[in-house]
Amino acid sequence: MKASGRTDTALGLGTPRGPVAALTKILVYAMLVAVFAGPLIAVLVSSLDRVTDPTKLSFIPRHFTFDSYRVAFDRGVFKYLLNSLVVVGGGLLLQVLVSVSAAYALARKRFPGARLVLLLILSTMMLPEEVLAIPLSLILGDLPVLHVSLLNSLVGMIVPVGAWGMSILVMTEFMKEIPIELEEAARIDGAGEFRLFWSVVLPLCRPALGVIGIFGFNMIWDQYMLPLLVARDSAQYTLSLALRTLRDDPEVGIGVLLAGSVLALLPSIVVFLSFQRQFMRGLTSGAIKG
Amino acid sequence: MLRARLRGYAVAWFFLAPALLLFTYFKFIPMARAIEMSFYEVRPFLGDRWVGGANYETVVTSDDVLAALGHTLVFAVLGTFGSIVLGLLLALLLEGTARHLWFIRTVVFLPTVAAGAVVAEVWRILYYPAPEGTVNSVLAWVGLGPSQFLNASDSALPSILAVIVWHGAPYNMMIFLAGLAGVDRSLYEAAAADGASIPRRIWHITLPALRPVFAILFTLAALRGLRIFTEVYLLTNGGPDSSTETLMTLIYKLGLERNELGVAAAGSVLLLLATAVLTLAVQAARRREATS
Repeated sequence: MKASGRTDTALGLGTPRGPVAALTKILVYAMLVAVFAGPLIAVLVSSLDRVTDPTKLSFIPRHFTFDSYRVAFDRGVFKYLLNSLVVVGGGLLLQVLVSVSAAYALARKRFPGARLVLLLILSTMMLPEEVLAIPLSLILGDLPVLHVSLLNSLVGMIVPVGAWGMSILVMTEFMKEIPIELEEAARIDGAGEFRLFWSVVLPLCRPALGVIGIFGFNMIWDQYMLPLLVARDSAQYTLSLALRTLRDDPEVGIGVLLAGSVLALLPSIVVFLSFQRQFMRGLTSGAIKG
Repeated sequence: MLRARLRGYAVAWFFLAPALLLFTYFKFIPMARAIEMSFYEVRPFLGDRWVGGANYETVVTSDDVLAALGHTLVFAVLGTFGSIVLGLLLALLLEGTARHLWFIRTVVFLPTVAAGAVVAEVWRILYYPAPEGTVNSVLAWVGLGPSQFLNASDSALPSILAVIVWHGAPYNMMIFLAGLAGVDRSLYEAAAADGASIPRRIWHITLPALRPVFAILFTLAALRGLRIFTEVYLLTNGGPDSSTETLMTLIYKLGLERNELGVAAAGSVLLLLATAVLTLAVQAARRREATS
């Protein structure tokens, strides 16, 4: 085997030498794009085409039309999308506030029991929510002590995602890096505890807020089991749940499902593309450190 | 002095309170309740009846559960293996700083950001089992198929497995890419100077450098595999002929459709134990590796 002179990557695939190498490379890239983006593109394009039967997905629209979307909106897709946005908006706001607050205590305060709390939070990351679904559905129906039911309401999908171990840990790691001198200076200036948290520490956390924000968004948008347990009738369906009921719409065939899928797909793609940098940072800091 | 310190403690607990409250309600109480329920015949409105280990006995002796356990393990093992191998391959192919590589990486990553429910619906359409179905048409170009995909009991499981790998591999690719970025380039230079071939270079330099990444990905992917639910629930709901039933879809059916809450809870507790054991085992292995 011939030794490779290029040493910038593992495979040493730099500028290809010769037309055959270049062509191979382009073919490989085209295949990767087709395999990974092809299905998504087919759904997007077909949702804008007149598709009536599921065997004829199109990659090039033949009869461009918004019919599928029109019927989808008639079938309440707007309401489901709104539900999804309320759940992700409320859930994310709650999750960020809860994480930042807990991280502030864990990173900036010394108190007895801190290690135990950290251990408890780590242990929750070993408790997959799916596995706890059955007891969780009973508890959501009758919260201990408070005796209220969160079933049949969007609140029941928002509150349980409020505390997420991963976002607390990422935030804690970040807050530990903030120099203590800043805190001391603010204290000398007479800042109280809450002011210190809100006006000094929090603004410095902006990069980490981006990271936990995008991860939290993905986590909440991906929720399926929780809405399935909470929603008792279609008025509380999130878009993900509703897709299942849109499968067999006689009016436009699978067009409604295609349109619904695109609407459920777009927010995650838009958020990912806009916050890519933070996403990559979170991915590597969260995963490599372990 | 003491008062100031106590005040500091109070402040800490005040800031921790929301998280602890939510964890207690939605993680710890459900877990305690699952353990409790697993020893009872749960009868809403009639009062629960203590049955000791009977639920566990039902779980471990039931053929349904054993079959579901088998499918779950297939998903966990092959799904993990497939998405890690494909992820590594993608990372090796798409490593580099060129702008077009950045673009292709982004495109390849898109499936991973899509929610599981959307992925499942998209693939249900693509897998349409007629010869004119989208995937079947593509297979026909290369002289394969047509396949029944999700509709036949021998092809349903591999079809779901393919979706899982498609959905999960790009995530692993990104983590591998981060790991590859940390490889010392001078080692490659030295290897090239010694005339080492690319496979040798990967075997002796790249893979050893990625070892910690592999450990993390194995844990993450295996845990994901054990609790797989959304994709199976939407793609086949365990069918045809229970050929894709997993522990989670079975637990869901037992608990919420057949109202066998006690048995479902026993299944959950066992799955929870498996998850905990797996995580701790990998943690311990990593620690041993770090110290040796």
